[in-house]
Amino acid sequence: MDPTSRAFLDNARAGLADPVLRRALGIAGVGFPARRAEAMARLPEFEALREQGKAIKDHTIAHLDFYLERYEANVIAAGGMVHWARDAGEARAAVLDICRSVGAKIVTKGKSMVAEEIALNDHLAANGITPVETDLGEYIIQLRHEPPSHIIAPAIHLMKEQVTETFRAAHTALDPARAIAEAPQLCAEARAVLRPQFLAADVGITGANFLIAETGSSIIVTNEGNGDLTQTLPKIHIVLASIEKIVPTLEDAATLLRLLARSATGQEFSSYTTMSTGPRRPGDLDGPEQYHVVLVDNGRSAMVGSEFREMLRCLRCAACLNHCPVYTAIGGHAYGWVYPGPMGAVLTPALIGVAEAGDLPNASSFCGRCESVCPVKIPLPKLMRNWRERQFAQRLVAPRYRDALRLWAWVAQRPELYHRMVEVKARLLGWLGKRRGRFRALPLAGGWTGLRDMPAPEGRSFHALWADRQRAAQRRQLR
Amino acid sequence: MAGPPRVALLVTCLVDLFRPSIGFAAVNLLEAAGCTVEVPRAQTCCGQPAYNSGDKTDAKAIARQVIAAFAGYDYVVAPSGSCAGMVKVHYPELFADDPAMRAQADELAARTWELVSFLVDVRGVDAVNAACRQVVTYHDSCSGLRELKVKEQPRRLLGTVEGLELKELPGAETCCGFGGTFAVKYPEISGKMASDKIADIAATGADCVLAGDLGCLLQIAGRLSRAGSQIQVRHVAEVLADMTGAVPPIGAPRP
Amino acid sequence: MTARDDILGGIRRGLGRGRLADGAAGAVEARLAEHKRNLIPARAAALDPPARVELFVAMAEAVQASVARVASERDVPAEVARFLAAENLPAELTVAPDSALDALPWAERPLLQIRRGKAEPGDAVSLTPCLAGIAETGTLMLVSGEGTPTTLNFLPDTHIVMLRAGEVVATYEDGWDLLRGRPGERPAELPRTVNFITGPSRTGDIEQKIELGAHGPRRLHVILVGDARQA
Repeated sequence: MDPTSRAFLDNARAGLADPVLRRALGIAGVGFPARRAEAMARLPEFEALREQGKAIKDHTIAHLDFYLERYEANVIAAGGMVHWARDAGEARAAVLDICRSVGAKIVTKGKSMVAEEIALNDHLAANGITPVETDLGEYIIQLRHEPPSHIIAPAIHLMKEQVTETFRAAHTALDPARAIAEAPQLCAEARAVLRPQFLAADVGITGANFLIAETGSSIIVTNEGNGDLTQTLPKIHIVLASIEKIVPTLEDAATLLRLLARSATGQEFSSYTTMSTGPRRPGDLDGPEQYHVVLVDNGRSAMVGSEFREMLRCLRCAACLNHCPVYTAIGGHAYGWVYPGPMGAVLTPALIGVAEAGDLPNASSFCGRCESVCPVKIPLPKLMRNWRERQFAQRLVAPRYRDALRLWAWVAQRPELYHRMVEVKARLLGWLGKRRGRFRALPLAGGWTGLRDMPAPEGRSFHALWADRQRAAQRRQLR
Repeated sequence: MAGPPRVALLVTCLVDLFRPSIGFAAVNLLEAAGCTVEVPRAQTCCGQPAYNSGDKTDAKAIARQVIAAFAGYDYVVAPSGSCAGMVKVHYPELFADDPAMRAQADELAARTWELVSFLVDVRGVDAVNAACRQVVTYHDSCSGLRELKVKEQPRRLLGTVEGLELKELPGAETCCGFGGTFAVKYPEISGKMASDKIADIAATGADCVLAGDLGCLLQIAGRLSRAGSQIQVRHVAEVLADMTGAVPPIGAPRP
Repeated sequence: MTARDDILGGIRRGLGRGRLADGAAGAVEARLAEHKRNLIPARAAALDPPARVELFVAMAEAVQASVARVASERDVPAEVARFLAAENLPAELTVAPDSALDALPWAERPLLQIRRGKAEPGDAVSLTPCLAGIAETGTLMLVSGEGTPTTLNFLPDTHIVMLRAGEVVATYEDGWDLLRGRPGERPAELPRTVNFITGPSRTGDIEQKIELGAHGPRRLHVILVGDARQA
């Protein structure tokens, strides 16, 4: 998908002003954290599992080449095929070639952020193949021609009225007077409309939450069952996955699975956690005849040797989004690409460049809640700060900020000068603000006073008062 | 160690400019806890604004200044979780590639504390001699909470303030939106976070809101007053040091 | 340079080395071969078999699966008939062509219309066996095979699963061991599909309100056979 991250400020403002988004995020911002907290309360070992999850991922990344080769060998041993894609273009081409090889007309899709990343749907459509999103949230936004606003709940920015309106506009073969105002009715309609598509699909494309090196298997974690219908019914199953999804063993996957659903939705386990290994076996009555894995790099191997390596641990659970006061204020579209929230603030510049996505790692108060809920302990604020360091060093910071900061820092390294200046400022602002106690407006501080008053200083600096106190004490001693 | 512990006060740049009373409240509390307090003059700021803006060069230079200024004291105490966190958690990170400075940063970090956690966890203070007949609620500043585990300590001491009724703040652990330069670079987002925070505060029915970080308090006070609220705002040290009678709340007119 | 070479080369450059040297590779091989268990939560692992079964039932019911207990496999057709009537469903089902289900006394329920095979569009109810029940989260473990087509788990509206009490294990790791034990653990010997099913299909995509029956079955009914004490 084409990034709009450069327009972050405008998009964030639009998000803040959007009453529908406010209501929708209000629901999500309370619900997700509450459910995660309940799930954690039911599993005393959760903290220990976080540490183990981190260790498994770190070990895997440190041996990623070995595990990828082993994974590939096992996919082939199971009767599957592996395609390696350096970038989005190669990934799209690989998928298209496989689809063309069977003259595919309809392709069903389970939810895949990597597919969004490589802009797969538009590419298929441009080549005469109809991609059908089957995850309910993805289906809704596909009908609305919108990008996803959350990595596990793509339509989280919508209220049900908008879904009703979308279904009425899109499902024109159905009775216009039918009742679809309520969630159960909307779900039933989506089920009925999509079932024929599942059955008609020539190719089914899923993502993968994990790729198991030990067995050459892919694991998808869903609740709807759409991923399973997508990967079981068509003749061909394509797994589209980025290279850091590799996990060494089934036991390692079990540990990460214990973390994943709880962190994402607060469930103990998702309704469907499915492990697939190769195509159907001789004697099987159903299942795909071909199993293809498209392994996508698209910037990840470059992260291995960088200061952003830890971001490769990410399980795509969205806990950081759900607990982020910035995300729940502005919504996912403001981030301008596939990955919003704190994980998006770190990953997006790595994949599309910090010039394009510069606002993302800056639009954070570093409250640290993201890091505290990350199931694999990614130090998200530290990684965002790493981006800020790169921007500062590359002079990508607006000169007015950069110059002001350097000037301030210069003074701060000269304590006597600094103390004099602070005392002057304290006296001046203290005097000006004494009567009201606060400023409604202040020159050079419009960024603050546009939305908040500025409390007035007390009128003397601490260091000046302390020096006075020390002198008075000495005079008393001398008497 | 012989004699009372020598504590150096890390004033913080915001306290220095906006509200020295917090510094004096800290001094009173530290002396009441049996410490001697000095204020090294060669301190200006902990360097966090430069650090969080990505200006590692200036952050390191300021950090070196702080390390030098605070050498030799038994403890370094700041009335701020974010400044104490900068020294305790981030100075060692800043010098990760410089073993000699890293050792000095580690040494300073080991002696550095946020004020209330120093009183409770190091000095063993379990009660204060103060009165404040108000309904009060408490906001957990992010750095103090997440970097330094300051949570229970201020609540414990507030529980010993005569006449004070503490109401828990829903979303106490949610960021107020200050975040240093974040507040001015992304004012609408910061403003929204502040609005949510003051809505939570107002819902408690409290007369006064407290926190351990002046940055948060300026944000909260600024938003409350812009919204026309009468809710008062103070640093927790002012209440614990029994200064509420002597000093007007943050943002209030001064006699 | 192929894409494969480029990607692996990029990773190795990032790690500051070439291919793993034999010694280091040996250690990683050993880790793979050992597939050691990581931390196992005590919740299920610390239980004896009867308590494990109780935990399974409690966890499964908590996620809107229904559980009926019968004394023996002979009682399964009767339970199926009872369940369908109670849910006001027609007395028709598609049954997995699995020997364990073939051996059930279907003749005692002649009004049940049974088809054996994979699921067809329009099938309302299916009955399948399973490999195990995972007590930790009330999860059913089903594997694909000649007698257990995967479509039976997803296409019909209602999915009924026969679970023997002796098949209730504590953890997913116990499930993996069962899988490895089965024909063997080489990739080609593993089933095409292993489904871990925890309750019926659901979605929260509309205003975070949970709706059952998104695309998979709306109803999941577990017929729990026997008593763990006999296992």
